[in-house]
Amino acid sequence: MIVGQPVDRRDGRMKVTGRARYAAEFPLQGLAHAVLVQSTIAAGTILSFDTADAKGQPGVLAIITPDDAPRLQTKKASQQMVTAPLLQDKDIIYNGQHVAVVVADTLDRALEAAARVRVQYRQGEAVTIMDQALGQAAVPKHFRNGARPPDSQRGDPDAAFATAPVKIDVTYTTPVEHHNPMEPHATIAMWQGDRLTVWTATQGISGAQTTLATLFGVEPQNVRVVSPYVGGGFGCKGNTWPPATLAAMAARVVGRPVKLVLTRAQMYTSNGYRPRTIQKLKLGADQTGKLLAMRHDGFSQMSQPVLGEFVEPVALATEMLYACPNVAVSHRIVPVNQGLPTYMRAPGEASGVFALESAMDELAIALKMDPIALRLANYAEIDPHENKPFSSKKLRECYAQGAAKFEWSRRTPGPRSMRDGRWLVGLGMATATYPNNRRAASARVRLGTDGVAIVQSGTQDIGTGTYTVMAQVAADELHLPLSHVRFELGDTRYPKAPVSGGSSTVPSVSPAVQAACAALRARLFDMAIADPRTGWSGASHSDLRFENGVVIGPDRRITVPQLLAHQNLAFVEAEAESKPGDEKNEHSLHAFGAQFAEVRVDLETGEIRLTRCVGAFDAGRVLNAKTARSQLIGGITYGIGMALFEKTEVDAETGRIVNANIAEYLVPVNADIPPIETILVANDDRIGNPVGVKGMGELPMVGAAAAVANAVWHATGVRVRDLPIRIEDVLA
Amino acid sequence: MNPFAYERASNAAGAVAAVAGHPGAAFLGGGTNLVDHMRLGVASPDLLVDITKLPFDRVEELPSGGVRIGAGVRNSDLAADQLIRSRYPMLSQALLSGASGQLRNLATTGGNLLQRTRCVYFQDVTTPCNKREPGTGCSAIGGYTRYHAILGASEHCVAVHPSDMAVAMVALDATVVVLGRLGERRVKLVEFHRLPGDDPWQDTVLGHGELIVAVELPALPFATRSAYRKVRDRASFAFALVSVAAALDVEGGTVRDARVALGGVAHKPWRATQAEAALRGAPATAESFRRAADAELAAARPLDGNAYKIPMVRNTMVAVLRDLSAEATP
Ligand SMILES: Cc1cc2nc3c(=O)[nH]c(=O)nc-3n(C[C@H](O)[C@H](O)[C@H](O)COP(=O)(O)OP(=O)(O)OC[C@H]3O[C@@H](n4cnc5c(N)ncnc54)[C@H](O)[C@@H]3O)c2cc1C
Ligand code: SF4
Repeated sequence: MIVGQPVDRRDGRMKVTGRARYAAEFPLQGLAHAVLVQSTIAAGTILSFDTADAKGQPGVLAIITPDDAPRLQTKKASQQMVTAPLLQDKDIIYNGQHVAVVVADTLDRALEAAARVRVQYRQGEAVTIMDQALGQAAVPKHFRNGARPPDSQRGDPDAAFATAPVKIDVTYTTPVEHHNPMEPHATIAMWQGDRLTVWTATQGISGAQTTLATLFGVEPQNVRVVSPYVGGGFGCKGNTWPPATLAAMAARVVGRPVKLVLTRAQMYTSNGYRPRTIQKLKLGADQTGKLLAMRHDGFSQMSQPVLGEFVEPVALATEMLYACPNVAVSHRIVPVNQGLPTYMRAPGEASGVFALESAMDELAIALKMDPIALRLANYAEIDPHENKPFSSKKLRECYAQGAAKFEWSRRTPGPRSMRDGRWLVGLGMATATYPNNRRAASARVRLGTDGVAIVQSGTQDIGTGTYTVMAQVAADELHLPLSHVRFELGDTRYPKAPVSGGSSTVPSVSPAVQAACAALRARLFDMAIADPRTGWSGASHSDLRFENGVVIGPDRRITVPQLLAHQNLAFVEAEAESKPGDEKNEHSLHAFGAQFAEVRVDLETGEIRLTRCVGAFDAGRVLNAKTARSQLIGGITYGIGMALFEKTEVDAETGRIVNANIAEYLVPVNADIPPIETILVANDDRIGNPVGVKGMGELPMVGAAAAVANAVWHATGVRVRDLPIRIEDVLA
Repeated sequence: MNPFAYERASNAAGAVAAVAGHPGAAFLGGGTNLVDHMRLGVASPDLLVDITKLPFDRVEELPSGGVRIGAGVRNSDLAADQLIRSRYPMLSQALLSGASGQLRNLATTGGNLLQRTRCVYFQDVTTPCNKREPGTGCSAIGGYTRYHAILGASEHCVAVHPSDMAVAMVALDATVVVLGRLGERRVKLVEFHRLPGDDPWQDTVLGHGELIVAVELPALPFATRSAYRKVRDRASFAFALVSVAAALDVEGGTVRDARVALGGVAHKPWRATQAEAALRGAPATAESFRRAADAELAAARPLDGNAYKIPMVRNTMVAVLRDLSAEATP
């Protein structure tokens, strides 16, 4: 079995030696460079452009403004108007909105000309901070794409809360955060007649193909999207945001291939962000800790309605995580003059479980109960919201194995009860959960006379290991050594696969790869049975085996090159699609985990430092122990950023994001990250999908911030309900 | 980025002449601050005079027992220098707490002193800022002020100076040696950076075309027991929320002399003269340290977003002085 082994990432060497080619790195003849000009006000209208100075700069090829931008089919494009603003009108709805594109023969010249474009505005009224617009809170119209209402209720939570002997009634808030992948958004676009090729940093090549085809009014098959390597996405490359479209528009205008790479500052207003949330939590319990009532009302920041809708689904985990008879949740959106928010690693769960699992900690304190014991007292054996069994749930094992490794038993319950010299020590824990998503995906496999299987799927590797684990799955299915399997992705010429989002790549694509390989084997068996020289006519597939490139049957064996030669073929090929069936109707599909954090808080300065993290997860079957661990430590690290550092600061007056760079927007650095120990509890969930895996890209970030916040409480006695937790929150 | 010319100076006088005679010229040290500002549009020199090949790259002992640091000495080299580490440990610590290894390898002593504020509005050319564009107003006041000043600010600017190195140097009573067209002059580092007053665009007393050639540290025997403590959100690679540089001379339980400077609190590295006065002759106790801190902080005026700096400075100063006095007690 190659699956499960800690195989090195196949793209690793290419990346560390600089040979992996990212979107901005494809050398094309005559490449021109585009730079975006963005608005400097938060609301109003553009009155006019003064482009004379900019146009006079050397090397300038075009300055595209709403006055002369080609018209696009924006109406048809998509529910969330991630396709706007595309220079189709002159309305300004946020500061940092694209208003013009400058194209020049070199990047420096384009930058200089862009800095010289002057824009006259008529300033409008802007509300830039969510907390000032709560009166405008609205019910989402397309929650979960209309699949369910934004509110839900079971039992009578208000009545149960009123009479509950122990109550928690608190409000948590989380800030706007930005994804900050290492690679900024980048696109090279090239037109050949009506055919468009784009090299772009995207988590979804198929979506990019559809969106661009729609916007430019061409057939999808005339748009080719190539994206072999992506330098991190975390959600901000999930949709086809305006820069990719504007690059294609610029290429059309200047009649040359055009490259458009966002600056780091532009990354803060061009491809979404995690919206600010305000979450009201009510928990009621009896004296033994049994939950009697839960209410979770979430408000999340939205842009102006013309950009469609994005809701941070903060309360979905609250519906299913604990066995409580009376639960109500609601989701509201609050429009402000900011860009459109979007998915950011564990959208909903990251913010929502921070609130829920902090509140559970507060409840444990009120009950004088061990936090794990409280969770076990409310363990949901079946999904209490959908009233269905889980396909599998090893959360108990996560608590137990995590607690053992972390030595949770050393924790003394009182706050400020553990010390180490000048440091106050705190231990905290929280639960993690994330849905196990799967979408339809296809793959193709071709086996030639050289005995090498080339597997292709139009999926993406956003730095997670797709190249590696899919090759492992194929190698096992075909009984080939890993060296004889090549996996190719990131090109719309390959069979269609879904966006790499919602942790769904492995659960979606690995079944397709497995199915394609099984189909290939079946084809080989058919060929072998039909081949008169094998003498196997009348045999069935079950009489045959395929190993190391050889079909083995009763009394004899035949190699693939022989089989192909007998039929004058250069290769044999098979393609398969794999998609979810009705498993979701009968089961609730989720991954789970338990997070543990140890913090030290300096008694005098208030500095907060993590000294240890342990995460134990039920992520189904593990395809690769190494890439899995990388996902887990990466996710926990992202969660630490959420807990202690990350916050996008908005100037209320101008609506401008003022810390739009990674010197002033803090993400954790190496020195902030303690040893992280990870555990993957044994599981193999064949109900969720035929490979038995659960997505684990987002899971390890969920609950991490709550574990840290709970540890900070334990260290200091200070409950911080507003992220990030800052020194000033705990400074005595 | 504005098109610009580049030349490499081969001697100091030539460098001074090149910049002084050209209003749009600037000296280029490591470029870690200036080049960022050129990209942001905050600075747009049309001539860069590279001074990194000038022979200012040495750390030398002075006959007086002090040390002379060439303006071109890189931050990483200065931090590792044996003289500095043994005689002025606070300076080595301050340097190592600044920026990242890569940046310290480039950053020069002169450039570090002249790095400009990290006020986010100063760095964003779309917002008003008196320091960047005189007379346009101060966006920070009433805006995002978590990193801003609590001491010595004015209604025109509340920015802080971001250097760690300069805080230790101010505590050590450094002198800046400057070469101008009329020759050399020497400026006390405490007087080198300015308070914002009503002309916050002037960070320092340096005139256009004046070149820093060296920084001199006088002998200060008790600085062998000194420390720099920087409080910041991240454990590394973050600017100070506040910082404290201190040296303590304790004998028989009494403070004979003290040097204290603060970072992250003012438009300049802040020499805590009130605290020093309160410490001199006082018993080396936590109570004295607290009183010294309070004496310095009496003048503090917090903004909406930075009131936390007052207890943070107090606690940090007390902790640093206590640790130093504990070292002093055999
Ligand atoms: C991400 C980041 C994080 C940082 N974190 C910290 C931190 O935590 N603590 C800290 O202290 N600093 C920090 N810094 C700032 C860093 O220390 C400075 O950028 C650096 O010291 C500047 O030195 P330089 O030689 O590169 O200056 P340059 O950028 O070359 O020059 C800066 C200015 O000084 C002028 N100049 C340079 N040399 C001379 C001279 N000899 N005479 C006259 N004028 C001169 C230049 O004309 C320019 O105006 C950080 C910087 C970055 C980018
Ligand atoms: S504090 Fe100073 S630097 Fe910052 S905006 Fe105000 S004037 Fe400019």
